[in-house]
Amino acid sequence: MTTSELPLVKALNAGLKKALADDAKVLLMGEDIGPLGGVFRVTEGLQAEFGDRRVFDTPLAESGIVGTAIGLAMRGYRPVCEIQFDGFIFPAFDQITSQLAKMTSRHEGLISMPVVIRVPYGGHIGAVEHHMESPEAYFAHTPGLRVVSPSTPNDAYWMIQEAIASNDPVMFFEPKSRYWHKGPVDFEASASPLHSSRVVRTGTEVTLVGHGAMVNVLLQAAELAASEGTSVEVIDLRSLSPIDYAPIIASVQKTGRVVVASEAPGFTSISSEIAATITERAFYSLEAPVLRVTAFDTPFPPAKLETVYLPDADRILEAVDRALAY
Amino acid sequence: MQHSSGMIQLLSIDGTVNPDEASAEYLPYIEALSDDDLGQFHRDMVTSRRFDLEATNLQRQGQLALWPPAHGQEAAQVGSARASRPQDHLFPSYREHAVALVRGLDVFEIVRVMRGVTNGGWDPSAYNNFHLYTLVLGSQALHATGYAMGVSLDGATATGDPETDEAVMVYFGDGSTSQGDVSEAFVFAASYQTPEVFFLQNNQWAISVPVSVQSRIPLYLRSEGFGVPGIQIDGNDVLASYAVTRKNLDEARAGGGPRMIEAMTYRVGAHTTSDDPTKYRTNDEVASWILRDPISRFEKYLRLRGEGDAFFAGVASDAEDFAADLRTRTIGIPIPPTNMIFDNVYSEPHPVMDEQKRWLDAYEASFGGDA
Repeated sequence: MTTSELPLVKALNAGLKKALADDAKVLLMGEDIGPLGGVFRVTEGLQAEFGDRRVFDTPLAESGIVGTAIGLAMRGYRPVCEIQFDGFIFPAFDQITSQLAKMTSRHEGLISMPVVIRVPYGGHIGAVEHHMESPEAYFAHTPGLRVVSPSTPNDAYWMIQEAIASNDPVMFFEPKSRYWHKGPVDFEASASPLHSSRVVRTGTEVTLVGHGAMVNVLLQAAELAASEGTSVEVIDLRSLSPIDYAPIIASVQKTGRVVVASEAPGFTSISSEIAATITERAFYSLEAPVLRVTAFDTPFPPAKLETVYLPDADRILEAVDRALAY
Repeated sequence: MQHSSGMIQLLSIDGTVNPDEASAEYLPYIEALSDDDLGQFHRDMVTSRRFDLEATNLQRQGQLALWPPAHGQEAAQVGSARASRPQDHLFPSYREHAVALVRGLDVFEIVRVMRGVTNGGWDPSAYNNFHLYTLVLGSQALHATGYAMGVSLDGATATGDPETDEAVMVYFGDGSTSQGDVSEAFVFAASYQTPEVFFLQNNQWAISVPVSVQSRIPLYLRSEGFGVPGIQIDGNDVLASYAVTRKNLDEARAGGGPRMIEAMTYRVGAHTTSDDPTKYRTNDEVASWILRDPISRFEKYLRLRGEGDAFFAGVASDAEDFAADLRTRTIGIPIPPTNMIFDNVYSEPHPVMDEQKRWLDAYEASFGGDA
């Protein structure tokens, strides 16, 4: 039996464990990742198994975590940094965007930067300020970084290993509201390429595109649409930089209508980028403008308002109806 | 310069060696140096200053975009760099031209950066582990600390053999000490007890802002609160810089943990060729520091030891040849190919780089090859 039913957090744990076992240069570092196993328990048990030289707690300083990871990578290590929450990544912004992202380019390719930065992100957990944000577009905007986000336990297991194996820096956004949802993990199937997007539900009338926890919302919306007689296709982006457009364009050529959704504010977002590219590459296939369904362009509100702020299946369906009205 | 009571100085301004009690413990490091070693210190400092002059002239003639001169800081840089061992890794800021020379970097590489044909481009492993310049101040302190953490993880330090045990030295300035990254580097270095020396050149000015705005306490005390012992030296005394750095690097490589050296020196020139220091500091202040000039002080010392005119004339002549060669090579630097924009952004193939490179090639070709 090579398949197990695991929650996403356990799949990540298994993927990290495999990476640590496969390559002695892989290190895990971050706040509270040792004996505690991380605030979400992603690294639970790994320090006990691999020792405190391979899996170690750092001082409480995000810039320090990423900056020292750069030095460790220069020395030949493959550090995997945990940033505790999405909203805590900004103290490390210079080290990620000006240092890590540019180090290979500045060295004209003479060195690689195999650093992974894991970021639990997104809402739907009822938490306090700075604990539910979706900052992935800042990093997708930065040349030199790769940005990915799994939506299922199986992808979490494989993509974390692929990210660690990459010789480029990878921002690894983990949909924290999906951490405790179970799904099948196939421990032997060959992995999809890290930067591929995937059709996760086929349909004929409207294409829905999203990533991370939003994929589950899109699948809910597709199910509801089906019950009303509308056939909806759903695409899981998986990779936010680079974006694999081939399945998206193929889908648009079939449906002619697209709704792009995300938990992040929509202004200058991943959703905007995809909308613009579809318009450039599939203009004559479009029957309606590409519509975006995103969070509002405001700070993440107090948790009791998050269900209004974050797109849900109803808001997706409202956009589906608008697209179909053209 | 305020001489705090603990400042280590071996060489007086008149070129004589008159250490106080605290400084005298460093004399054995100097007594172990040969005449050739001492001559090399002078040669390094003179070459660096001539390099600065030539690069400044090249900038004024439009050949370089910018030049940040190291004039005045040669003793701090040469002494500390000569104290490092071949297996050590050095992480500079952007004014460490003399350190670069000592570590064997072809300093033409720095000129290429300042001419605008690369953002770095040299291989640290090909130049005795002299890493790339860093322009975002203080960020290199974390890279050095992470590197030193890796040295420890490798077991490449603290084995008891100073000939092979590795250490790391990071250079930064008084302005950088206010950056959070430098404080975080102290925290990480202390926590992991890295084999590392933080070498601070306090040149008194962060562009136009005096050091009093950065710190109300002497900066060598700054690191103490983080658990990184600090020591202050006369940074215009190449012998103090050498001896104190040698001792601290060897203690760090022996497992003694990180430490900081604050070298009190002065940026005699402008911050860069874009700066105008007459707007914020007095001629009297500059003159008072020129009296403490590191090269003339050391020349007096060498002459008192019996070195003659022929030696100094030979060094000066070699520096002229060096400068002439640099000028010729600089003027011949071609504009890099446009492919450089896309190459090496990533280590592995990337579809967006491929696509945009192809587009630019086609766009340029559309002009019929005359563009």
